[in-house]
Amino acid sequence: MTPFTTLTAIAAPLIRDNIDTDAIIPSREMKSVGKTGLADGLFAGWRYTAIGSREPDPSFILNDPRYAEAQILLAGANFGCGSSREHAAWALAEYGFRAIVAASFNPIFRGNCVRNGIVPVEIDATQIDADGPITIDLPRQTLTSASGQHIAFAIDAEAKAMLIGGLDAIDMTLARAAEIARFRDADRNRRPWAYL
Amino acid sequence: MTPRTAFEKIWADHLVADLGDGTGLLLIDRILLHERTGGVALNSLADAGRTVAAPEQVFATMDHVVDTRTGRTDATLMPTGTRFIAATRAAARAAGLTLFDLDDPRQGIVHVISPELAIVLPGLTLVCPDSHTCSQGALGALAWGIGSTEAEHALATNTLRVGKPRTMRVTVTGRLGTGVTAKDLALHLLDRFGSAGAQGHVVEYAGEAVSALDVEARLTLCNMATEFSAFSAFIAPDEVAFDYLKGRAYAPDGAEWERAVENWRGLVSDPGAVFDAELTIDAADVAPMVSWGTSPQQAVPLGRPVPHHSAVAGRDTREAYDRALDYMGLTAGQAIEGLPIDAAFIGSCTNSRLSDLRRAAAILKGRRVADGVKAICVPGSTMVKAAAEAEGLDRIFRDAGFEWRESGCSMCFFAGGESFGTQERIISSTNRNFESRQGPGTRTHLASPETVAASAVAGRIADPRRTGA
Repeated sequence: MTPFTTLTAIAAPLIRDNIDTDAIIPSREMKSVGKTGLADGLFAGWRYTAIGSREPDPSFILNDPRYAEAQILLAGANFGCGSSREHAAWALAEYGFRAIVAASFNPIFRGNCVRNGIVPVEIDATQIDADGPITIDLPRQTLTSASGQHIAFAIDAEAKAMLIGGLDAIDMTLARAAEIARFRDADRNRRPWAYL
Repeated sequence: MTPRTAFEKIWADHLVADLGDGTGLLLIDRILLHERTGGVALNSLADAGRTVAAPEQVFATMDHVVDTRTGRTDATLMPTGTRFIAATRAAARAAGLTLFDLDDPRQGIVHVISPELAIVLPGLTLVCPDSHTCSQGALGALAWGIGSTEAEHALATNTLRVGKPRTMRVTVTGRLGTGVTAKDLALHLLDRFGSAGAQGHVVEYAGEAVSALDVEARLTLCNMATEFSAFSAFIAPDEVAFDYLKGRAYAPDGAEWERAVENWRGLVSDPGAVFDAELTIDAADVAPMVSWGTSPQQAVPLGRPVPHHSAVAGRDTREAYDRALDYMGLTAGQAIEGLPIDAAFIGSCTNSRLSDLRRAAAILKGRRVADGVKAICVPGSTMVKAAAEAEGLDRIFRDAGFEWRESGCSMCFFAGGESFGTQERIISSTNRNFESRQGPGTRTHLASPETVAASAVAGRIADPRRTGA
């Protein structure tokens, strides 16, 4: 996973509440048993002129040349609601997004972002001046706009450490394998019905 | 001792290590997988040179992209669906998991089969890379949906690193009225408190109306906690839950059953336990509901018109409201009851269990689906299908003009295969009315199975209380 410290990039405003993971990556775009090849399907239902078409709909924000290099997405509240499909985070990451700014996130989607190097920045995006590049400083937990807005955001320490270090959670946990095995042995005596 | 919520007890029982800042390393008791997101997790795990730590605790099923037409094979209507089936089958076998394959009598929608096989038990931690895993909290488990990478973590380590969620209790006083179901209660909560109303919380449903629900209805209520943006849902295990589980395939038996039940009786929130948030509603205020928009929070009682924006302005921005109405082909103030429909769908992890089918069949018996309405019933599991057939429900559905399918998720969502048509209006017992959820441009109205059945007969959205059983 690519470590994240600070990022200065163009932010594309897609300020709609309740953007669901079906909208982020429609199920019909999840064609292979893998984590790649998803960027073309990102927001497919809105991005192209018709279902199955790859002709860009000029009215969709990501097709606006001003946002061609966007690496930050500004979104509405409850972003990533709906299906748990991690393909939504994979598609966003593959497209090039490294941070999403929204007033709130669906909890499963937020976890998927952290596991894939995307910073969930919990700030009401309607307050942000999106003209010009935006800087996200993860160690300091701040967002700064080109016009000088300076807004702090909260993120839990575990997620922050994972993102900054580009850490693999499985490796970190496997380092505790002996501790887990001891816990299971004791637990098996306490709750034998839980073990098949 | 400080009074604790049931959630806090289960959390403490599973806490292998405190990782600091509210994050815990939690023991995971059960991992469920399906072919849509499970195959990729298993393959990725294997590619990384890792193995499944406790395969006996892991179950996989085929539900998401499988064909549901009679005489099905591995072939799918979704263009590349067979690859998902083949990959999951191969990976499950290689990892030594229990797989409920297409031809297995235990096959079905993961959140339907896990309760009916007692894979889920009170007090267990259970995860699945599927957002509707919260359904299974109905049996007193801590069950939640995760992504594929998290599934890999659970498979490799028997644990997850979890930020401790906040707690919420939703107390429903009184009793639901005749003809008012758990589905209506779920939609009522979404209408009233919004689709982010429980954001990140473990929601404990409590109160007389919840205790009075049977297990299948509890599963329906908890199912839509993900639409409420909850971390998970939970109902304290009671005699209703124990009676349901006893004797099922993976339930403990003999002395171990007695010991388990004794433990499970303690999984209730103590008097005086403090929740981070509390909501209380009166069951008498809940009516049969139907959604009108493209978010599950956009729902109203049957008989009420599409609300004007002023009535929902605290929840839906003007843009979201206008966009939803435009997509649905509706206008403010328009009557929803009586809207002509093109299709009716009964199925999904929300409402495809035997009791759902019985209630729908009671309305369909001796009646016919209106001309021009495509009506489909997809039992939630092969066991539900067999039980329904044993009591003749399939005949009632077929005689009424419904298609009677093999079990699976089917047309709850569109994956590139079978779908309803563009701008077709569907009354559906499913859980999501998102844009293009059931096919490109489809217009989904969420409702209970009985409302779907009554509407199918009327050819327009109808109140089952007036159709009568």
